[in-house]
Amino acid sequence: MQATLNRASQMPDVNRTDPRIKRVIVAMNTYGRKPESLIQVLHAAQNLFGYLPLPVIRFIAKELKASPSRVFGVVTFYHFFSLKPNGEHNCLVCTGTACYVKGAQLLLDQIEKDFNLKPGQTTPDNKLSLQTARCIGSCGLAPAATIDEEILAKVTPGEIAKVLRSKMGVTA
Amino acid sequence: MNLEELKAIEKKVRERKAGRKRACVCAGAGCISSGATAVLDKLQQGVKNAGLENQIEVIPTGCMGACNQGPLVGVEPDQIVYQKVDGTIAEQILDQHLKAGKTLPKYLLFEGTAQGSTPKAPDHPFYKKQMKIVLENCGAVNPEDIEDYIGVGGYQALHKALVHMSPEDVIAEVKQSGLRGRGGAGFPTGLKWETVYKHVNEMKYAICNGDEGDPGAFMDRSVLEGDPHRILEGMAIASYAVGAKKGYLYVRGEYPLAIKRLEMAIKQAKKIGLLGANIFNTDFSFDVEIRIGAGAFVCGEETALIASIEGKRGTPRPRPPYPAESGLWGKPTLINNVETYASIAPILLKGGAWYSEIGTPKATGTKVFALSGKINNTGLIEVPIGISLREIIFDIGGGIPDGKKFKAAQTGGPSGGCIPEQHLDTKMDYDSLQAVGTIMGSGGLIIMDETSCMPDVARYFMEFCMDESCGKCVPCRAGTKQMYDLLTKICQGRASLRDLELLEELAVMVKEASLCGLGQTAPNPLLSTLRYFRHEYMAHIQDKKCAAGVCKMNQPAAVKGAH
Repeated sequence: MQATLNRASQMPDVNRTDPRIKRVIVAMNTYGRKPESLIQVLHAAQNLFGYLPLPVIRFIAKELKASPSRVFGVVTFYHFFSLKPNGEHNCLVCTGTACYVKGAQLLLDQIEKDFNLKPGQTTPDNKLSLQTARCIGSCGLAPAATIDEEILAKVTPGEIAKVLRSKMGVTA
Repeated sequence: MNLEELKAIEKKVRERKAGRKRACVCAGAGCISSGATAVLDKLQQGVKNAGLENQIEVIPTGCMGACNQGPLVGVEPDQIVYQKVDGTIAEQILDQHLKAGKTLPKYLLFEGTAQGSTPKAPDHPFYKKQMKIVLENCGAVNPEDIEDYIGVGGYQALHKALVHMSPEDVIAEVKQSGLRGRGGAGFPTGLKWETVYKHVNEMKYAICNGDEGDPGAFMDRSVLEGDPHRILEGMAIASYAVGAKKGYLYVRGEYPLAIKRLEMAIKQAKKIGLLGANIFNTDFSFDVEIRIGAGAFVCGEETALIASIEGKRGTPRPRPPYPAESGLWGKPTLINNVETYASIAPILLKGGAWYSEIGTPKATGTKVFALSGKINNTGLIEVPIGISLREIIFDIGGGIPDGKKFKAAQTGGPSGGCIPEQHLDTKMDYDSLQAVGTIMGSGGLIIMDETSCMPDVARYFMEFCMDESCGKCVPCRAGTKQMYDLLTKICQGRASLRDLELLEELAVMVKEASLCGLGQTAPNPLLSTLRYFRHEYMAHIQDKKCAAGVCKMNQPAAVKGAH
């Protein structure tokens, strides 16, 4: 982590004319420029950038008068915040109990076999990211997964692999 | 806003409803994921095109319960519910039922299932054994319209409390109701309110815990999505009783729809003066803000949740002091669960005595359960406390699909345990569940059949607790990891009897030495499966066999589980 923070301190400041940064500033004004607004502001920033780039984290720390290490600590504590950009396509497999009982692991096994991808990873070509969710609340449709915005209900390992291949433009 | 204005809105909505057919399209998360939005658009467009807005009303509603039959469309006042509605069926409902008053038997809810359908939905066993108090408006009102909520008597309980009752009266009423916290621990709600009330401080807070983290639980989500004003009203009443001036609704980031509807609800309530300064022209002022969680199970623990609202890592701290004495920013703080707040308005309107008659003497009222897993009717149900598990599974749930045999029901998620076949007649109340080694929990109820392997189930929950441990105390951080590794060994056929012994030792240590509820209850699924399914553990260890066929046995030691 020390190395990461050192790198961050050598980074140039964020561009304040970037429209996304402007909206982060709006969020900071809404919630108040104090450390207790941190999680709300990080939510706003991640919505705008898709992840939390280190210069943005450093910027937020400075503006909210919190130390970068505290902000980094919060970012890495919560599952929702990501330090890495996602792939072009996102596959989210629900591993809630209902999905587990109905075979969510088989979906993950199939994806690992076909795409060499484990939860939390992105393919080297940045095409596909795989994530798991604790429960997406679609327990009646178990096992469930989402690919980008599309929900796959009562999905089989064969089906999910097929949809992913077509998303990635692989013919097989 | 005063009572006359409130009653005027109620009257207006009642009159609007009386002259019209009302198509209620379930817009709960489950139905939306099976295509309810398109059905809603189609019906609304169809009514508009036909110029029938004065005769037919089409509204989105909260969850109707029968999630795996979705998308659902209800037609009121006929008490008819249609299942698996798509564009074509929506057209037929519009043309034949809404316009011509003819029911379509083919598409009735539960048609084609083993239990069959009934002409009117409330007569079906799925609904008949239920009793809806918390969920009474879910599926009946438009959660995005405050007038619809006022139309069914909404905010009248708040008026009654502020204008006709003292804070002591409100607390006495809640105490008399016997309501216990629905987040899982079951602490008497009135007692908690009284404790916060007694702490004198110029600033107090009320928090709604909507960080529903148990996998397989979606009760709070459904209430937040389906009836957000009920929560706001409950929070406002609680805040009046304990003397809080500000409220925070802490909602999981995974629930964007709930957040959106709560935001709308707060805006609407503020606009007509039901939130904000001097509500109902009294001295009571109350404001609510939403705080979005960021994906940490431990934030369901109250002290961790408070840390998270303060913008910190969500780690718990030792209690006492309890939040009632020193909570958010060191001030006295009331924390209740979503379902608890949702029970308040009816208790004030109908009386604590009425509520205390429902359920059992020691556990009054109703409980919402999220029913899922290997069961025919998955979905959301509300039952009087004390109903037997058998009734829930076989009458309401319609039994186990594919002719398979019931094996166990899991309650309480990663903090709970399982109920085996010999205890199917267990009453669903706090004490009876504890007697068979599990807990009521927040309401997740997952049914497993013979294809589930119990050591693997224990491993699944242990992996969850290991991942979600915040890392602050050693017994939980290291203990869950060690137990997970031992369970993985068992599930891969590499374990010895000594490993099982070690596992049981660790379970007791983690339970007794952990700082917060997460660690203290993490061994529960393991201990409970050991209690009833020890033979499965022995088969894995001694015979290297998994009867359910889930575990891949005889794997080399180098291959570990998901981690």
